[in-house]
Amino acid sequence: MSTATLATPVATAAEEPAATSPPVPENCKTVGRVTADGALLIARGVNVFYGEKQAITEVSIDIARNQVLAMIGPSGCGKSTFLRCLNRMNDTIEGARVTGSIVLEGQDIYDKHQDVVQLRARVGMVFQKPNPFPKSIYENVAYGPRIHGLAADRVELDEIVHTSLQRAGLWDEVKDRLTSPGTSLSGGQQQRLCIARTIAVNPEVILMDEPCSALDPIATARIEDLIDELRESYAIAIVTHSMQQAARVSQRTAYFHLGDLIEVGETDRIFTNPRHKLTEDYITGRFG
Amino acid sequence: MPHFALLVALAALAVLGYWVGKQRSLQLVGGGRGIRKLHSLPAYYGFLTALWCALPALLIMAVWLLLQDTIISSLVLSKLPVALRGQNAGELGLLTNDIRNIVLGNIPAAAARPEVLVAAQDYRRLQGIADLALSGLVLAAGLAGLAWVRSRINPALRARNSVERIIELLLLGCSMIAVFVTLGIVLSVLYESLRFFHAVSLDQFLLGLQWSPQTALRADQVGSSGAFGAVPLFLGTVMISGIAMLVAVPVGLFSAIYLAEYANRKFRASVKPVLEILAGIPTVVYGFFAALTVGPFLRHTGELVGLKVASESALAAGLVMGIMIIPFISSLADDMITAVPQSLRDGAYALGATRSETIRQVVLRAALPGIVGGVLLAISRAIGETMIVVMAAGLAANMTANPLEAVTTVTVQIVTLLTGDQEFDSPKTLAAFALGLVLFVVTLILNVVALKVVRKYREQYE
Amino acid sequence: MNRSIAETRARVERSLKRRRWAERRFQAYGLGAVLLGVGFVAIMFSSLISQGWSAFRQAYVTLEVFYDPEIIDPDGTRKPEDLAIADYAALIRNSLKAKFPGVEGRAATKQLAGLVSGSAAQELQRRVVATPSLIGQKQTLVVLTSDTVDQLLKGRIDRTLEEENRTISDQQIRWADQWVRDGQLSLRFNQRFFTNGDSREPEQAGVWGAIVGSIYTLGVTLLLSFPIGIAAAIYLEEFARRNRWTDLIEVNINNLAAVPSIVFGLLGLAMFLNFFGMPRSAPLVGGLVLTLLTLPTIIIASRAALKAVPPSIREAALGMGASRIQTVMHHVLPMAMPGMLTGTIIGMARALGETAPLLMIGMVAFIVDVPKGLTDPATVLPVQVFLWAGSPERAFLERTSAAILVLLAFLVLMNATAVVLRNRFERRW
Repeated sequence: MSTATLATPVATAAEEPAATSPPVPENCKTVGRVTADGALLIARGVNVFYGEKQAITEVSIDIARNQVLAMIGPSGCGKSTFLRCLNRMNDTIEGARVTGSIVLEGQDIYDKHQDVVQLRARVGMVFQKPNPFPKSIYENVAYGPRIHGLAADRVELDEIVHTSLQRAGLWDEVKDRLTSPGTSLSGGQQQRLCIARTIAVNPEVILMDEPCSALDPIATARIEDLIDELRESYAIAIVTHSMQQAARVSQRTAYFHLGDLIEVGETDRIFTNPRHKLTEDYITGRFG
Repeated sequence: MPHFALLVALAALAVLGYWVGKQRSLQLVGGGRGIRKLHSLPAYYGFLTALWCALPALLIMAVWLLLQDTIISSLVLSKLPVALRGQNAGELGLLTNDIRNIVLGNIPAAAARPEVLVAAQDYRRLQGIADLALSGLVLAAGLAGLAWVRSRINPALRARNSVERIIELLLLGCSMIAVFVTLGIVLSVLYESLRFFHAVSLDQFLLGLQWSPQTALRADQVGSSGAFGAVPLFLGTVMISGIAMLVAVPVGLFSAIYLAEYANRKFRASVKPVLEILAGIPTVVYGFFAALTVGPFLRHTGELVGLKVASESALAAGLVMGIMIIPFISSLADDMITAVPQSLRDGAYALGATRSETIRQVVLRAALPGIVGGVLLAISRAIGETMIVVMAAGLAANMTANPLEAVTTVTVQIVTLLTGDQEFDSPKTLAAFALGLVLFVVTLILNVVALKVVRKYREQYE
Repeated sequence: MNRSIAETRARVERSLKRRRWAERRFQAYGLGAVLLGVGFVAIMFSSLISQGWSAFRQAYVTLEVFYDPEIIDPDGTRKPEDLAIADYAALIRNSLKAKFPGVEGRAATKQLAGLVSGSAAQELQRRVVATPSLIGQKQTLVVLTSDTVDQLLKGRIDRTLEEENRTISDQQIRWADQWVRDGQLSLRFNQRFFTNGDSREPEQAGVWGAIVGSIYTLGVTLLLSFPIGIAAAIYLEEFARRNRWTDLIEVNINNLAAVPSIVFGLLGLAMFLNFFGMPRSAPLVGGLVLTLLTLPTIIIASRAALKAVPPSIREAALGMGASRIQTVMHHVLPMAMPGMLTGTIIGMARALGETAPLLMIGMVAFIVDVPKGLTDPATVLPVQVFLWAGSPERAFLERTSAAILVLLAFLVLMNATAVVLRNRFERRW
């Protein structure tokens, strides 16, 4: 297990690289410290192309344990694209190409020996729209453990389903109807089911792509509370449209603009004292 | 072709009507300058006149022509000597055919009996009268319509609305044809079937184990003593369709999966049209292929391994029918698979599922209702398929579970019963309609269920 | 969570090998299925082409014929009636005997005459009736051989078989070989195949009668189903309010599209032939039956084309004060027309390949003459294929394949037209 890596807080990450995380490329223009203590997933100089079009340019950032990293920025800025790189969900899109390195505990996830299945078991993802499988609630949660062979027997599987639903705060609402279809739940419940499904695989990193954008405010509040609880066990990266949400749930915030990572920093700092002009404009609502 | 000439004359009259109507409307408002006083453009007054000129006349003509032959035949027959008339319905039908054939010149007049020749002359005379009367009536109707509309034209007449109303009714009529066709199928097939069930009881037909319609033709065995137990046909149909589905469902489904989920764009673009070729090949070609290539091939292969394979084995027909249905299943399954939202796949991939796990456990599961509907439609196709089995399956109604032997099917029997001899009233030919009724009902049920399932499925993801 | 990350990773790791295998197996099934499908296409086409290609060439033999006045016109009248009924087969026999001297007796003569098609005598008759001055002269002619010689020349008869298992005798083979050695026997382009009607003699049988029958039948189908189909589609898509009636019509159309074609044949037999007393085997009736059969396809395709026209266009026209009919006729219909035409062509292509319902209405008769009208007895291309496929003669096998190739050529042409039309006029909004 890697221990927390330390780097002295500096104005520009490029000036002084962190001790064990790889050096940040020279051409990194990001303002603020892109490295983090306890970095688990480390991206360096990542570019993403869709055919000829470049969607992401030279993004370097760390995602650390027990911390929520929020990615904000105007739509089309590449934050979702970057998120999907982190567990190679872009593989399913024809013509998508990724360069640079993304390292999970010393292993480049784009290495050709890396098994995506293994990777995704470690880096889970929750999507914009709740997407429960057309199966029962129980089977939705049990699916991941089943395919990965995580449970030796039925008792163990029941246990995993139980704890996952409980941690997702859904157990009390569904314990009497585990066999009814996952699609019969309300939107907010569906999304929590998807979160339960993700944590049932016992991942290390959870990626969330605007997980609340399809939900009403009350359901959103519940999910936000849940994210805060989950932080204790996982490294979490969340893409969000809402600056308020980023402020509420995250410890670090990264601001993307037109495929560039403009600024990274402590969430409080970003929202009170942005250093880059573009970040300031966005936060003060001049565009977005 | 006097009727064609009549149609041309009517068309000319309609054109004249258009002109008359248009001129009349213009004349009423004092020429082109007064056009604003008209409710509609002058052309609409023309159209209205033309429509009223042509439509009633056409209707009269259609009804007349449909009934003319039947009426003339009965008139002619009623004048025949009693000795000739007193025959049973079947022979009378043959006689009518003879007379008509002489009239049409298909049979040389010299070969006919004198009474028939007289009747034919009578027929021709009546036909002449009828044609003349028809021409007069149609043209009179056309003129009457023209004159009537012309007299009603005034600037306030809402010609455009009337024309559009008529057009809308015509469109409605066209769309009702589908209903009439269904009705026609049901009525005609049901009517002949009921006649059949007078001779052979329903449970004898549906539950009987022996099928040998040929014996029933013998004079001493007419009707109920013939063997019209259709169970062997049903079993044969089920067996051949079953073999076809065993080929088509896995191959069609797997190729749809491969093309939709695995193949890259280039491979898909080049292979998909090739598979679609299979769907465009006429069934008679498959029948030829089954009878002359696959059948003998199976027989030789069977000989090599010491199996006796009939040259018209159920296997050969079923295999080829399966090939025919592959593109049907694969294109339907392709639709269903691509209709499954990407978000479901993403959900599975994000959990670390492999592609095949995602496809089997998430995509196919989500697409299952649609695929089941598609398979039901394919089954309905298989049991209704005719040419392949006519050419490659047997005629003898064997009750066997061995796919290497020859069996016969419902469609094969319909074809054999209705081609060959021409008489129409024996239980033998009527049996074909009873089989047709069964076929229609079964496929109808399958289609209704399948279309409902598929529609529900589509709505789910729209 | 009571499971450690390390434990989870170990378990995932353990499952990987099995799952990679399953993945590969599954992918192999898929690829196998695709290749199987493509393989079927390849096998069918290669077997059709290899069997049918040779039918486009036919064996002809060069004969020297003496127009013997003793046989043609012993009385010297030169009357056309007499010339028409003369024994021209005898001229051929004499010519053959001159080539192969020493053939005596009825059986041997019959065998010898069996080398040449019966059409050769008709050819002579035609020539003599046209130019009586030929009588008494000698002429070198190229005439059709019989189908057995043709098959022998094409290598489709196994010479190693016992004589009684062959359709051609040893003696006939020797004669044919002699012809080959003398350069008299050759394969030429088989023009008759494209200009003749059906025949009992394979070497004289052609597809022209069936093609004309198909054209008449499809002509009737097109004339009826195109306007009716489009009108029905317009009504259902643009005018009908959604109520129980239109639902009924819609369900009806969808179901009719899936009713077995043979049932339409039963309808045609009971309704058109028996009730309305229309003539059997006529393209008119065939066209009517195929109209009913293709209507659902055309209506469904036309409705899809109408649906693809964006509502904004209708709103724009209606907003200008156009009536609904005007909106449809002036704006919607022209935009939907390419799609409708494509659907119609595809429907016609299916009608062209349709066989079963036509058997029911008697278009399966043996018809030599090329039909001249809509009520003449006729057959169509796929039925011709069916008829020939059932003929025992070896030579009909290649003709069946060749007829199929002709049929497929028409289908390819129609589908290609549809594709071109779609690509050319397809609009995306």
